[in-house]
Amino acid sequence: MSSGWLTTALILFPVAGALLLWVLPLRPFAVGSTALLFALVEVGLWIDSVAQFDFSQPGLQLDQRTSWFSDLHVSYHVGFYGFSIWLVGLTTVVLAAAIGYAFWAGRERPRAYYGLMLLLTGAIVGVFVAQDLLLFYVFWEAMLVPLYVLVGVWGGAGRLRATLVFVIYTMAGSLLMLASIIVLGLSQGTFDLVTSGTNGSDWIFLGFVAAFAVKAPLFPLHAWLPEAYRESSPEVAAVLSGVVSKAAAYGFLRIAIAKFPGPVSDFRTPILVLAACGLVYGSLLAFRAPDVRGVIAYSSLAQMGLITLGLFAVNDLGLNGAVLQMVNHGLISATLFLLAGGIERRTATGELALLGGMARGRPALATVLLTAGVIALAVPGSAAFAGEFAILAGVFQTGWGYAVVGAVAIVLAAMYILRLISAVLHDRVGSAVPEAALDLRPAELGVVVPLVAILLALSAWPAAITERSFVGSAANVVGRAAK
Amino acid sequence: MILALDTPPIDWFALAPTLALLTAGALNLILAVLWPKSWKRPTTAVVCALGFAGAIVAAALLFSHSADGHGVIADVIQRDRLGALTAIIIAGAGILAIGTSYSEPMADDHIAEYYALLAWAGAGMVFLASASTLLTLFLGLEWFSISLYILCAIDRDLAGSLEAGLKYLIIGGFGSAMLLFGSALVYGATGRLEFGEIANVVQAQDLSGDALLVAGLALLIGGLGFKASAAPFHMWTPDVYEGAPTPVTAFMSAATKTVALVVTLRILVTAFPQEARLWTVTIAVIACASLAVGNLAALVQKGVKRMLAYSSISHAGFMLIAVASDNALGGRALLYYLIPYSAMSVGAFAVVATRERELNRPVTLDNLAGFGWERPLLGISMMTFMLGFAGFPLTGGFVGKFYVFAAAYEHGWIWLVIVGLAATAVSLYYYLGVIRAMYMRPTEELQLAPVGGSPPRELVLQSTVTAALVVTVGSFFAVQPLIHVAKEAAASLPF
Repeated sequence: MSSGWLTTALILFPVAGALLLWVLPLRPFAVGSTALLFALVEVGLWIDSVAQFDFSQPGLQLDQRTSWFSDLHVSYHVGFYGFSIWLVGLTTVVLAAAIGYAFWAGRERPRAYYGLMLLLTGAIVGVFVAQDLLLFYVFWEAMLVPLYVLVGVWGGAGRLRATLVFVIYTMAGSLLMLASIIVLGLSQGTFDLVTSGTNGSDWIFLGFVAAFAVKAPLFPLHAWLPEAYRESSPEVAAVLSGVVSKAAAYGFLRIAIAKFPGPVSDFRTPILVLAACGLVYGSLLAFRAPDVRGVIAYSSLAQMGLITLGLFAVNDLGLNGAVLQMVNHGLISATLFLLAGGIERRTATGELALLGGMARGRPALATVLLTAGVIALAVPGSAAFAGEFAILAGVFQTGWGYAVVGAVAIVLAAMYILRLISAVLHDRVGSAVPEAALDLRPAELGVVVPLVAILLALSAWPAAITERSFVGSAANVVGRAAK
Repeated sequence: MILALDTPPIDWFALAPTLALLTAGALNLILAVLWPKSWKRPTTAVVCALGFAGAIVAAALLFSHSADGHGVIADVIQRDRLGALTAIIIAGAGILAIGTSYSEPMADDHIAEYYALLAWAGAGMVFLASASTLLTLFLGLEWFSISLYILCAIDRDLAGSLEAGLKYLIIGGFGSAMLLFGSALVYGATGRLEFGEIANVVQAQDLSGDALLVAGLALLIGGLGFKASAAPFHMWTPDVYEGAPTPVTAFMSAATKTVALVVTLRILVTAFPQEARLWTVTIAVIACASLAVGNLAALVQKGVKRMLAYSSISHAGFMLIAVASDNALGGRALLYYLIPYSAMSVGAFAVVATRERELNRPVTLDNLAGFGWERPLLGISMMTFMLGFAGFPLTGGFVGKFYVFAAAYEHGWIWLVIVGLAATAVSLYYYLGVIRAMYMRPTEELQLAPVGGSPPRELVLQSTVTAALVVTVGSFFAVQPLIHVAKEAAASLPF
């Protein structure tokens, strides 16, 4: 069996799980445990692919290619680069945690719910491994459908409006990307990402940027974000901010930067400025947000700005830092959203004014939230510190002003995270916090602790990712992918 | 004295798909008189289905044996792969429409006539798909139109059915008159009826731009535009689609559109290549108008049938983009697009039909609440059809739109691609609205009780919807073979 099948299996296995859940009339408990089993096996498949991946070799690995329709030269072409394998890992881990959380929390209509979660897993993995423009678009859109239903059916009271805004924004971006894909693919005579060359058209570049900037989101296209993150169930919000936003960052890296060297240098300044604005603006909003999810949602906006800064620095430090920070932020925001879900379950609210004093008698919750928070605010020695430092150092080479803005934003991050922690854990006991509210249950710990453990491991050894994303010089690798 | 007529040699094989349907229709009329009443419904449905199945088999054979297109029967019929593939699509839509009709509560006393007319409408369309003179064009058009006029009005117990039939008759008659007048003008300008000969005469006598010819061309486009329900010739569509019995609407939305668009492509490319500069722009404008009217009007519809009617107008717009591209890729795009589109269209109307029967009243977005959870198979199918209409991946609708836009790009019209994409963005609102209504609103919001008891099993209808679902999703994965077939078919035309 060729190793390319492993990549295909990573896409198809969760999809098969979804179909299985929809066809078999299982009991709710069996549905949840089967879904979790599938998600964990998916993590196992990913570990197997890391084991088979040779990090010293440049170029595409574990690849597979079959013609899909030959007259327009579109093919099913999948495979891994060093950086994409970490993002696939992030996807499988966060989705497994999200499914585990949902299993513990219990969801109505479990067959539909878990089926969609597994389908979403397959679609996101597909985005990260697709090496054909049209295939990329297919997975990109396939990602939206389960998300739409997951938010729209299992979301909060304002879910209908939230989904509508979310879909309109993302589709507007996606359709511009489709126009770009059509023009780029047909003008080059191939849709293959590996064999196609670079392009100098600003318009095509902007079409791609529109799609990625909406999905990330990048300031000022973030209007869908607060509602979508607030109205979805906590595990879906974790997936949205932890993984789906990374698909956009990956798109910047794999397509916008690698394929459009000319337009990137033309538009680098406006994009960097917008990213810096988003970074500061998101941090300020997070500091002022009245609820737990608002803080995490806006911090996500800020972090995506930071990652974009690193990407569009287009140098070794910036790119390596951005990839590390993508994984870091994915894990952090997933952890925080799942914890927010736990807090909301106990107090029936996320309003910071009504919370407080939850540390007392709840050591596990306090420890986990504090650990995740400290990593999130990029305390020196943490994985996020390594990522942010590399990004700032990278963007410093482009312009020192960006690095200054970034440094200010890290101070702001400390402010909003500490505000969140003190408002939830310390302070006076909030009016919405019942005396009987339990500490984190073993099942919740089982979901959240692995995420935090990975973060701690990355804190100890960030080079696991930074030295295994690109072979040799990152900027050269991106340039080579662009050849 | 015996009048000696030269009868041309007749290629019965080329007529086989039409003849299969004619036979089925005739057989059903005999059954209508002779058969016991209680057996009539299943028997006539089966006979009609066999007729459509026979047409598919015959058309498939015809496809494989007509690699080089040529005129037969004194050149009034073009025996080529384009006609054969179109016949397959039409007959496929016909079979799905029969599945949709099967449990329709229609009076038993004219059920045989219903299936006879359905077969004849199919026969007329299949005939028209191969027409290669202005005379057979008009003949085929009237043939299926008259059958459809009656079909629209056939359910006398249904409020609005008669009105729909009458409206379709009057406006359809107007469209036919335009087509006829256009034919007369073109004949007047060139003195020929055969599509290929018209082009030759225009070439030889340098008639390009001749006022008579151009006026005739415009009227022809208008006449065909009525049948394809493209804006601004669409005004009958919402009322007729809403009023006609739902299975008839399903058949019309798929098959009529298929044949009208294919014939438009055939006549424009074969008979008017010299006027291409004129008609490509005209068709592009009509496409834009259809996209605008269809999408914007669909946004505010409450009734699902009406919404789907406007959606069918907008899809006529998408497919006309392929026609306007005037290249082989456009031909391919049109023929590919028609396959998932027909399946989605019949499938969506079939789901509407079953909900109608469940509630015994017209289906609106409001009374779809909770439907997706109550009927999982139909819900998933309807969701897939809506996503397919909206051009989401994992449905053939996505690949179809991709090909259409690729064709427009190859023609050099990026602006048309942008218009199409903008229309797609608008269409999301109402297609996702159906999904929202089915899944995201609790059943308690449904203000009316179903007619009583658990919903009927309707095995035939569920198989029909499943078949449509398989085609919709399957055409996404099987692009290569389908595009190959579409390419062979489009190669019949002189691009």
